[in-house]
Amino acid sequence: MQRIVIIGTGQGGQQAATSLRQEGFAGEILMIGDEPGLPYQRPPLSKAYMASGDADALLLKPAAFYERSSIILRDGTRAARIDRTAQEVETEDGARHGYDHLILATGARNFRPPLPNLDAPGVAELRTLADAESIRRRLAHTRHAVVVGGGFIGLEFAAMARAANVSVTVIEAAPRLMARAVSPQMSDLFLKLHWSMGTEILLGTMAAAVMTDADGNAAGITLADGREVAGDLVLIATGVRPNVELAAEAGLTCRNGIVVDGSLLTDDPAISALGDVAAFPGPLGRHVRLESVQAAVDHARHIARRLMRPAPQPYASVPWFWSDQGKHKLQIAGLATDADDCIVLPQPTGEPVILLFKEGCLAAVETINAPAIHMSARRLIATPSAVLAACDYDLRQAAKTAAPVAH
Amino acid sequence: MKITFIAADGTETAVDAAEGESIMRAAVRNDVDGIIGECGGSMMCATCHCYVDEAWADATGQQEDGESDLLDCAASEVRPTSRLSCQIRMSAELEGVVIHLPESQL
Ligand SMILES: Cc1cc2nc3c(=O)[nH]c(=O)nc-3n(C[C@H](O)[C@H](O)[C@H](O)COP(=O)(O)OP(=O)(O)OC[C@H]3O[C@@H](n4cnc5c(N)ncnc54)[C@H](O)[C@@H]3O)c2cc1C
Ligand code: FES
Repeated sequence: MQRIVIIGTGQGGQQAATSLRQEGFAGEILMIGDEPGLPYQRPPLSKAYMASGDADALLLKPAAFYERSSIILRDGTRAARIDRTAQEVETEDGARHGYDHLILATGARNFRPPLPNLDAPGVAELRTLADAESIRRRLAHTRHAVVVGGGFIGLEFAAMARAANVSVTVIEAAPRLMARAVSPQMSDLFLKLHWSMGTEILLGTMAAAVMTDADGNAAGITLADGREVAGDLVLIATGVRPNVELAAEAGLTCRNGIVVDGSLLTDDPAISALGDVAAFPGPLGRHVRLESVQAAVDHARHIARRLMRPAPQPYASVPWFWSDQGKHKLQIAGLATDADDCIVLPQPTGEPVILLFKEGCLAAVETINAPAIHMSARRLIATPSAVLAACDYDLRQAAKTAAPVAH
Repeated sequence: MKITFIAADGTETAVDAAEGESIMRAAVRNDVDGIIGECGGSMMCATCHCYVDEAWADATGQQEDGESDLLDCAASEVRPTSRLSCQIRMSAELEGVVIHLPESQL
């Protein structure tokens, strides 16, 4: 193998390049990304960056790293087409780049709900550094922010805005917060935490249109029942869609993401996919797509290992995730979706720990500001509930004594 | 402010850090091999494990809540001087601090 091309310079693409060098790949590595500048991390965009404005602190690696590792970085360049027969990527400038292996790390983009006036000046979204810079500049003059979407990003932003003394209304269509990713019990806990920060939250409420003022600027949100929520900043945070178009046009199977097998290969053995864009076989045998640093980074490491070493194990890393909302760090080990049983463990201090089970085995653990329990939980996912019951659900104890679970 | 990193093989790298910057951030920014910092300092990954030089142990202070449990998951041996470098912020008392790097972070 001489030449590996990576499309997408987000956290997953960057990790793939780094891991390939760590695994000893000596050939050419070309990264093609449409965002300008060096690869950076997104999580702080809705957290520390909003307060500090320090963009340098977001960089995954300094410029010197790419030079010393001979990783060629084509930033600000869109990949337009994949020619699988010739094994070439064509960029929008018409240049063609041959590959022996291609890694698709094109991530996701924000979903834009079909609301009238969505393009009005003053409507913000938050995915890129450019988005965050513009929101941060405006936040200083914002009195009331209206957030459409009560998921992680909408709620992290809400907490940041409250800390900056901006009043906030969050509009969520579902009957609870973060409904796609956490248990109803955890949704409820966070509802109360956001109330205590002074955020107004409208659950089970549909946004119908962006309101505009006389100059055509966004002035709030009209709800489906006709009520109006006025605000000088409107943030649309209604989830993302995977960037599958390149892969789909090249004839690769896509179903809520680029479909890959247990070794993260697409239909084409010369093409892998990772991170936010990849739908991979999850712990329950179903294909899942995760939007997390963990998935992007662990996928990338797995692909690099598979390319450099013969016959590796299938991908089987335990998912984990975090979200900082004000002073509350929510941590999730495992996957909380489709649990069929739940145990809430009150803690002597702080918030309860929530254990979620699927078919008699531990599927996920949700904690708030409890890193020790979270770290133990990561090692216990898939443990039979009887084993945990035997030690009174003391996860720290269980992690030390329980036989390691084969993943 | 100066930080000296000493790799497991003895290689020394001196870098400049800003006041208030974490040691993890200073290492990553200056392309020091041996500190990864996958979670960006959120105390979620333990890939920023380091050993504070004995002479500096007092100046760097105590482990934060939960740090030792995270260190339990670190890839290299945990010693009494082990810390998560994302939890140590540079201050005047740490001018010239010496940090030893573990064999591996993964
Ligand atoms: C505000 C925010 C906060 C977050 N907080 C957390 C958190 O607390 N914890 C957590 O685990 N995760 C968090 N995430 C999610 C995490 O950042 C993503 O899961 C991760 O970035 C995914 O990495 P990726 O490489 O798969 O995709 P991305 O980071 O999306 O990178 C994909 C890149 O490919 C580029 N691209 C797409 N198509 C093309 C093309 N045709 N040609 C060239 N380039 C292309 C895109 O522009 C982008 O730069 C957060 C995300 C956001 C936006
Ligand atoms: S950088 Fe992840 S724990 Fe320190």
